[in-house]
Amino acid sequence: MPMIKTEGLTYTYSIGTPFEKTAVNNVDLEIEEGTFSGIIGHTGSGKSTLIQHLNGLIKPTSGKVFIDGQDIWSKDVNIRDIRFKVGLVFQYPEYQIFEETVYKDIAFGPKNMGLPDDEIDRRVKETAELVGLRQEILYRSPFELSGGQKRRVAIAGVMAMEPKVLILDEPTAGLDPKGRDKILNQIKEYHRQKNTTVLLVSHSMEDVAKFADKILVMNKAQVFCYEDTPDVFKRADELTSIGLSVPQITRVFLELKKRGIDIRTDVYTTEFARKTILEYLENKGKRGGANA
Amino acid sequence: MDSKKDEIIISAQNVEFHYENDPEDKTPPKQVLKNVSLDIKRGQFTAVLGHNGSGKSTIAKHMNGILLPCGGKVYVDGIDTCDEDRIFDVRQRVGMVFQNPDNQLVATIVEEDVAFALENLGVPTDEMRERVDDALRSVGMYEYREHSPHQLSGGQKQRIAIAGIIAMRPDCIVLDEPTAMLDPKGRKEVLKTIRKLNHDFGITAVLITHYMEEAAQADRIVVMDNGEILMDDVPKNVFSNVELMKRIGLDVPQVTELMYLMGQSGLPSDTHIIDEEECADALFALLKN
Repeated sequence: MPMIKTEGLTYTYSIGTPFEKTAVNNVDLEIEEGTFSGIIGHTGSGKSTLIQHLNGLIKPTSGKVFIDGQDIWSKDVNIRDIRFKVGLVFQYPEYQIFEETVYKDIAFGPKNMGLPDDEIDRRVKETAELVGLRQEILYRSPFELSGGQKRRVAIAGVMAMEPKVLILDEPTAGLDPKGRDKILNQIKEYHRQKNTTVLLVSHSMEDVAKFADKILVMNKAQVFCYEDTPDVFKRADELTSIGLSVPQITRVFLELKKRGIDIRTDVYTTEFARKTILEYLENKGKRGGANA
Repeated sequence: MDSKKDEIIISAQNVEFHYENDPEDKTPPKQVLKNVSLDIKRGQFTAVLGHNGSGKSTIAKHMNGILLPCGGKVYVDGIDTCDEDRIFDVRQRVGMVFQNPDNQLVATIVEEDVAFALENLGVPTDEMRERVDDALRSVGMYEYREHSPHQLSGGQKQRIAIAGIIAMRPDCIVLDEPTAMLDPKGRKEVLKTIRKLNHDFGITAVLITHYMEEAAQADRIVVMDNGEILMDDVPKNVFSNVELMKRIGLDVPQVTELMYLMGQSGLPSDTHIIDEEECADALFALLKN
């Protein structure tokens, strides 16, 4: 049974006005438990609208959403429980911090769940450590922290609810490369420890390529493809044609192919690129030897 | 024109800067800039890189007197930025664009927003009309002059913010992470605009950024680390220091990283390669027959 399933999911904004726009159009999707998926698509492709359906922030115009087998809009489901099950981290989540200490801010979600104090304490300390916030910071005001630290406090607040599904909308926007890698590695580590189903919305093909097992590409309100990461990059040509920017290294290999080099083009990390070049040279050596 | 070529428009000389601590806090304040000296030549396109807290935004804010040095001097076109009587002359020469497009637009109509500074400067109406139109054309937003800014995309809003600066006809434009909040399309639009202004109109550009591929397009890269200038060179030379760049929390373009990795595997490689074209050429030469 998939963790997340949508059937004919459609959402139209401002129905009956001149601004009517279908943001998500007839989307059928199945996401297995424990996968780390990246969601890619340009602005207006429907990715934000899609993820807001997954914890019931938006009610579909038509179609259904299932979480862990439950139709989230059926009468016997309490939507509040779905929101504990599916944690959503918005863009620039640090703007939503409001408590007077870091500890209280991270504890806010677990407290709302009605957990006992000692359990809340365990979760706050555990997630704080996971996102690299030192113990002494917990009792400081979150507003004294740096931007990157605040971002990690906000993410820890959602992680502390230990949702079965963790969705992050561009968690690295505006961070420097070091801060970016740090947060993504922490999310990956959380995923590994808890086997949480993770959805990572990103504009950066490079980041998604590095961290996600599967990639969901949205285009014009529909799913363009949802496949294992290497398979998605086999379609690099198609991705470029729908206006997505594939990693720089992928573009180089596409160019080599165009110039007549018979080489694979589903290359998306530098490490993989090195391997591909070494393999190519080795095979050529063999062929060369046979010809001689 | 040529006589102006080597002219220095901004000169930071031994700049020291720290923020004031709380009166109760007796620890010495943290030095944000330590003895930074930097000359920006007229017409140059300079990128400033550095991780968060390296001091790159702080030096940018010294370039038009938003911050004043605690030690040392900053001169803009020969004017000391500490000279209170001439601060408007400084700001008319060097305009600043910030990260968040939503925080910089003040009017309800695009062309009024672009005209805002001109109204403050008391520019006559006819001239204002001409300058606003020119500025909007130069950023490719003339067709949107009667739109409301909130209907525009992030990239378009940033171009309006840039137009507002250009309308003042500054010598230099300083952009503090103008693309950090934009999607890839918006980023491309803004960068193309900066390059056009620099190339076609000779406006000096200083771009503070986290994106290595943007910095790679500049004439010169200044790398800040821990309040000091660590490197100051052409992009090729800066990025060829792959290990150093990674150590200080920065990145290099993917193609440069590939060259570095190939070198590690004993293959011929050149870490001065920073763009796709050159990388494809080098690999093609290696792989054909």
